[in-house]
Amino acid sequence: MMKAIMKFIYQFASPKHFYRLSGKIIPWFAWLAAILLIAGSIDGLFIAPVDYQQGDSYRIIFIHVPAAWMSMFIYMVMAISGAIALIWKIKLADVIASSSAPIGAAFTFLALVTGSIWGKPMWGAWWVWDARLTSELILLFLYLGYMALESAIEDPRAAARACAILAIVGVINIPIIHYSVEWWNTLHQGATVTKLDKPSIHISMLIPLLLMALGFKLYYGAVVLMRARNKVLVTEQNNRWVKEIIG
Amino acid sequence: MYNAFFNLLKRDLRLAFRHKSEILNPLFFFVIVVTLFPLGVSPEKQVLAEIGPGIIWVAALLASMLSLDSLFRSDFEDGTLELMLLSEYPLPILILAKIVAHWLITGFPIIIFSPLLGTVMFLSNEAIETLMITLLLGTPILSLIGAIGMALVVALKRGGMLLSLLVLPLYIPVLIFSSNAVGSSMAGLSISGQLYFLAAFLIFCLTLAPIATSAALRVSLE
Repeated sequence: MMKAIMKFIYQFASPKHFYRLSGKIIPWFAWLAAILLIAGSIDGLFIAPVDYQQGDSYRIIFIHVPAAWMSMFIYMVMAISGAIALIWKIKLADVIASSSAPIGAAFTFLALVTGSIWGKPMWGAWWVWDARLTSELILLFLYLGYMALESAIEDPRAAARACAILAIVGVINIPIIHYSVEWWNTLHQGATVTKLDKPSIHISMLIPLLLMALGFKLYYGAVVLMRARNKVLVTEQNNRWVKEIIG
Repeated sequence: MYNAFFNLLKRDLRLAFRHKSEILNPLFFFVIVVTLFPLGVSPEKQVLAEIGPGIIWVAALLASMLSLDSLFRSDFEDGTLELMLLSEYPLPILILAKIVAHWLITGFPIIIFSPLLGTVMFLSNEAIETLMITLLLGTPILSLIGAIGMALVVALKRGGMLLSLLVLPLYIPVLIFSSNAVGSSMAGLSISGQLYFLAAFLIFCLTLAPIATSAALRVSLE
């Protein structure tokens, strides 16, 4: 049974099969992402009610929160696919991990920028050493380290394995870093931060948030598959099926 | 197995004592970096006592990171590391011996010198005591985590800058809890929470870091 499953997975993960299948999936992901992002933006920017404490400026959370979710989600994807690549030697997992890194870094950067733009009217400063912003900044450093290591090692297979180890070490450390930053923050800032205590979000604001979050996920799916397809073509360029495609 | 551990430990220590600069340079670096801050910020007692714990810890962290190169570099260049990978003993044990040696060479002198720097930065006696305890618990963590990063970059020609990018974010929890413990003991607060965290983190790294390091070395030396 296990053997049959593994055989299926290996077959599915063969570059040729992946290339064909992902070609079919990408348009679905991309179109669905576009629809969801447009619907979520319209709902979030125009239909959702004005917040009684923050006015209209809260609306940036419809970008900020999904981007922050994605930044953590993508690092998890990288660590898990790194582990899969190390354990079962599935090359495709390496491709997914390394294609994810720049996207994850971009989402992290987006979360930081939107957080700081939101912070300007809320805190009166572009940057506050808030626990979540600080953790997000450290996460960006982890992404940058990952990408720097990848580009420093010339042999792509060795680079992928080294990066997989780094991602796993990072993912174990992320909760430790996150909670120590949170602990540090409560000690140092305490009363000075006007962090609003978590209000339960109203359903009219939750719907656009979820639409945007799902849209971001599908967008990531489409882009990561596109990048992975390119990488597969480059690494398999000497195989016949690639030559047939390129012509 | 214990023999292999202790023999390797002895060998690394002996090698370090023959190149005394390996022991002294990180220590000088540590002292010089701390000295820069009164010159750059302010020599006033209140300011220095406020920022002292953080500065001493940041300096210790940088000194430990910069000395990581000596952990695997020379053994990599003369092929000793390759033989270790091929030996019959479990690699994590051998690596642990190297890390312990590295800590004794670079971390331990820092702990010995820290009271001096604490005094220069106007820390109170209790704070200096705490500083030594946090260094005792924290510097081994730095060596253990640093070993993972060093193992990943050992085969690269210019790995120094890259190493700091990989390792420094992972050092942050140690920095937070250690410098906070020293600051709290200046203010006369209880510090057991921070010390428990550091001890737990040390045990955690002691268990897992040698395994991750050996996996990374196997990739680097392929």
